[in-house]
Amino acid sequence: MVENRPWLTVLSHLVLSIGVLVTALPIWITFVASTHPVEVLMSGRTPLWPGDRFIENYTTVLGSGMEAAGSVPVGMMMWNSLVMALMIAIGKIAISIIAAYAIVYFRFPLRMTCFWIIFITLMLPVEVRILPTFGVVADLGMLNSYWGLSVPLIASATATFLFRQFFLTVPEELAEAARIDGAGPLKFFRDILLPLSRTNIAALFVILFIYGWNQYLWPLLVTTDESYYTIVMGIQRMVAVPDSEPVWHEIMATSMLAMLPPVLVVVFMQRLFVKGLIEQEK
Amino acid sequence: MAGLEFIGVRKTYPNGFRAIHGVDTSVADGAFIVIVGPSGCGKSTLLRMVAGLETVTEGEIRIGGRPVNALEPADRNIAMVFQNYALYPHMSVFDNMAYGLRNRRTPRDEIERRVADASRILQLDGMLDRRPSQLSGGQRQRVAMGRAIVREPEVFLFDEPLSNLDAKLRVQMRLEIKRLQRDLGTTSLYVTHDQVEAMTLADRLIVMNAGVAEQIGSPLDVYAEPATVFVAGFIGSPAMNFLAGTPVPDGPGVVLDGSAQALPFPLPSSAPRGKVTVGIRPEHLEPVSRDAATLELAVDLVEALGADSLVHGQLAGDGQGPAVTVRVDGALRVAAGETLPLALAPERVHFFDAGNGRRLV
Repeated sequence: MVENRPWLTVLSHLVLSIGVLVTALPIWITFVASTHPVEVLMSGRTPLWPGDRFIENYTTVLGSGMEAAGSVPVGMMMWNSLVMALMIAIGKIAISIIAAYAIVYFRFPLRMTCFWIIFITLMLPVEVRILPTFGVVADLGMLNSYWGLSVPLIASATATFLFRQFFLTVPEELAEAARIDGAGPLKFFRDILLPLSRTNIAALFVILFIYGWNQYLWPLLVTTDESYYTIVMGIQRMVAVPDSEPVWHEIMATSMLAMLPPVLVVVFMQRLFVKGLIEQEK
Repeated sequence: MAGLEFIGVRKTYPNGFRAIHGVDTSVADGAFIVIVGPSGCGKSTLLRMVAGLETVTEGEIRIGGRPVNALEPADRNIAMVFQNYALYPHMSVFDNMAYGLRNRRTPRDEIERRVADASRILQLDGMLDRRPSQLSGGQRQRVAMGRAIVREPEVFLFDEPLSNLDAKLRVQMRLEIKRLQRDLGTTSLYVTHDQVEAMTLADRLIVMNAGVAEQIGSPLDVYAEPATVFVAGFIGSPAMNFLAGTPVPDGPGVVLDGSAQALPFPLPSSAPRGKVTVGIRPEHLEPVSRDAATLELAVDLVEALGADSLVHGQLAGDGQGPAVTVRVDGALRVAAGETLPLALAPERVHFFDAGNGRRLV
């Protein structure tokens, strides 16, 4: 598009700059706060430039220094979050790709009914069904476990739908050629469909990993044992300390660390992610 | 190697649509059979039934004397070339060809030998490591054929394999397929809607229309003696001229409706009293001098193709006569508005029953 309207350019840049500022400033302040000693933060004036305590603060946080403040080591919470996010992402992909395969390639009674039931669950996010889900998880004895953290979040209509749409674009002749080549349903799935879905799986993994990592409400409910705390909910526990001041510099450092893994996943999988969203290899 | 037999084969889809109304024929070992017909005539369905991708509702298909109705596609000893090639996009050319053999647990050195042989025959030697997306249309076509060849099947099945290629490549691949089939001597079943492909490739031609095999025979027999009006109109290009006619009540000959002209030829003995359809191929009408003429054409439009010209016009008569196309030598100068006298040999005229469209003999 070729346009020559200088005021429009100025205006659009202004709007974009404000947008960037609104998004980036809180992260900057978090980072700055994580590099100051706690006294500076308690003084009531928010510093805008980094201090000199970067290494000390982060070493404390990553080590066991937080235990003094009545909290769980950050390293452990990061590990819990990682396990939960991976279980959710991998579980969702595994289950939904199999479900989509069944719905697209097999003719069984009530096939469309199954599809619509899966589709309707889109309307029931965790928050809506949280009490009954908690009841089920509690009855199964999965409170305070990695299974309890991840299993209820694994069922995914979105991913099933995405894979279904992708499978529908795979030419039917490919399945027929594989049949003539003597590949049964499982072999066709493993040898043909799975490799073709590679970029889709990567894109979904990025989205689902971040979704899993950012879970807040559900981990808050099902974990009472500190050794299963995840980092996103752990930060909240650090803030709500009874009988003492929150250790803001360490909370901010923890926040920075909590933001890191999703960023790394996006950075390293960006190429595959974009490919999976826009390109069909055919 | 094996022959192919169809015994009362019918296909009815679950929604009640009857795609195939009964095909009975058998094909000798090593023959090249072409099924030709307009889209929707059931030709692909028939092929897919042989492949095992569609169930047979009624009747039996045999490959090499062995009924295959209940067998899985992989167990039928067939190989198929698809219209869009259906190559596995994520596999190399080598893996595309080897995949079926690996699934059958063929020994490794055997796989390598067969793929090497096939790629040599198909001139794919330097391309075994490439992906299908790095190949041209013609090369993909060859890989698809290679995948069929390495299986060393009893029957090759081709589902309109040339329709995605451009015109020049199509002619070239047509020749290659013919040569390859002759060298391998494998029974082949080839589906197409292109009557040129059908005529040039076939040892035996099956002309299908609306789920019925209208005629089965050698290409030249089908051309010379089409069994129905449909076959006569479908085989041959440009298409045969059809003229409605009424037999002269006493004496031989047919009066052509809409023109004052008559053909002074005896009708076959089985001719009905009523109307007949007269079929004349454009290439069988010959421009002659006025006194030797059987018919006269009021020329309307001339398409010069170089080697020959197509002359479109109406039979001269009272008012708008029936439309007729004539193929004449390209050197002959004809202009619109002229009258062209034409001669016709009696044995070149086809008579059909105007009611059911069958050939009168």
